[in-house]
Amino acid sequence: MKIEEFKTLLELKLPGIAFKQVRDSLLVENPSDLPKVAFFLKNSDLEIDYLSSVTGSDYLDYLESVYHLYSTTKKTGLITLRVRVKRDAPNVPSLVPIYRSAEFQEREAYDMYGIIYEGHPDLRRLFMWEGFEGFPMRKDYIQEDSEWLEPEDLEWLEKHQVPVTEEMKERAKTPRIIKKDAGE
Amino acid sequence: MEKTFAVKNLSLVDNQTLEINIGPQHPSTHGVFRMNVVLDGETIVSLKPVMGYLHRNHEQIAENMSYTSSMPYTDRLDYFNSMSNNFGYALTVEKLANIDVPEKAEYIRVIMAELTRLVNHVAVIGFLLNDLGAFFTPVLYAFREREKILDIFEDISGARMMCNYFRFGGVKRDLPAGVLDTIKDVVKKFPSFLEEFEALLTKNEILCMRCQNVGVLKPELAISAGITGPMLRASGVNYDIRKIDNYSIYKRFDFKIPLGQKGDVFDRYYVRILEMRESLKILEQALKDFPTSGDIISKKMTPYLKNFRNFKPPVGEAYARVECPKGELGFYVVSDGTPQPWRYHVRAPSLINLTILEDLCIGHKVADAIIILGSVDIVLGEVDH
Repeated sequence: MKIEEFKTLLELKLPGIAFKQVRDSLLVENPSDLPKVAFFLKNSDLEIDYLSSVTGSDYLDYLESVYHLYSTTKKTGLITLRVRVKRDAPNVPSLVPIYRSAEFQEREAYDMYGIIYEGHPDLRRLFMWEGFEGFPMRKDYIQEDSEWLEPEDLEWLEKHQVPVTEEMKERAKTPRIIKKDAGE
Repeated sequence: MEKTFAVKNLSLVDNQTLEINIGPQHPSTHGVFRMNVVLDGETIVSLKPVMGYLHRNHEQIAENMSYTSSMPYTDRLDYFNSMSNNFGYALTVEKLANIDVPEKAEYIRVIMAELTRLVNHVAVIGFLLNDLGAFFTPVLYAFREREKILDIFEDISGARMMCNYFRFGGVKRDLPAGVLDTIKDVVKKFPSFLEEFEALLTKNEILCMRCQNVGVLKPELAISAGITGPMLRASGVNYDIRKIDNYSIYKRFDFKIPLGQKGDVFDRYYVRILEMRESLKILEQALKDFPTSGDIISKKMTPYLKNFRNFKPPVGEAYARVECPKGELGFYVVSDGTPQPWRYHVRAPSLINLTILEDLCIGHKVADAIIILGSVDIVLGEVDH
């Protein structure tokens, strides 16, 4: 099914929910409508029963949660849904009650992008450890020690004919800043 | 009188549970995977998978480098089937940038993908038997066969496991002389190995007793939980991406999709054996029709081979998937027109197949949890990204 046809079908069946076409996908304008859309897709005769992938992405102005769906009974797909949320209030309703496969993937998206999936039974970090601060896949995330140089590093650089500036030497002299929660 | 006695006795028993960690340094968790298990006696009451010990933020690494440079990193996702990972990533970028693949390259790709399937399935069956307690004899038989195929990979790509062989629009280099004969030889001899393997295992009483009716996965739950690959098909759901998406040239080959009936550990084991036979069928057909001449990489991509930072796919996004031996391996790539992807995401089958691990294990003994995990077939490089 083409995306335009699919959009008109959804608008007909689900009045009151605003959709917008973004490339080959449908943007659900209001994130709180997402469970309704997913429930309709799964239980209508479209039989979109398989949520293949859930992921977040960061577009600086907003965060996005992207869903890729297929049907295993009708062998159709791919249908892509997306919702956009503000960076400072990234709340998206969870799809775990409808599609179990979202369980780990929503945890992963929360871990990496900080998107809060409301209604998820167990929303914890998946890969990073407990107490880790920040969301490493966001575009504004700064790695803790990316600027840090050791005296050995300078030796190595000089040995390999890389120009070492005064500023780099200064940096190597200053002790490493230890974050509050690291170690002690 | 008897009744009250029984109730009295029960009230004396303090229903204590015991919480233990299996892993991350446990040989039967297939790597640095941890299962946080709550036990009542020896029966599992709850099981929480804990992962991330091998996390290196694969997605971030890929977003910080050019499209071609992350090809070798996809090898390290599931280090048992690097060729399949390459295949998935190449397909996605080809979809994104609209690149055609020449005929000969398609044949090479299919042959590599199916050889990888053989490698993975023999190894996973060997390890499953390891978990069952048949220590190292089956796995060494399996590895003997795997080694023959890895030798072919070494001849073709220069590396046994980290092949890095696929390129957008084709493959890295042409097949060296004589390799086709080696592949034909391996394909010819493989069925006799499978028969030998099966004669030792399939009707073995201990294997049947331990595997049948253990870890039964219902088809409805399997679909809802996004389970893919041999695990889904063992539950009786006919869903194989090679047939459905018809990606590459799989349409040309005649092969069947083996399905299980119950969805227990035994079905998962046997579906893999049958899948290997089907893979051999595909290999035979592909080797028969293999084109003798032709390009191995699309003309559109040849200018970028030397300076791949010049390769900038148009603004857009693509999601493509392949039937990797463990399930559906999907890649989601968003391009903003620069040489680096804006967003790169891997839908890792090993990770998502673990979603239902708790449901499968509850009510079984600890020893059964080990073989259920073995039958799920995980590789921690892929689980932990």
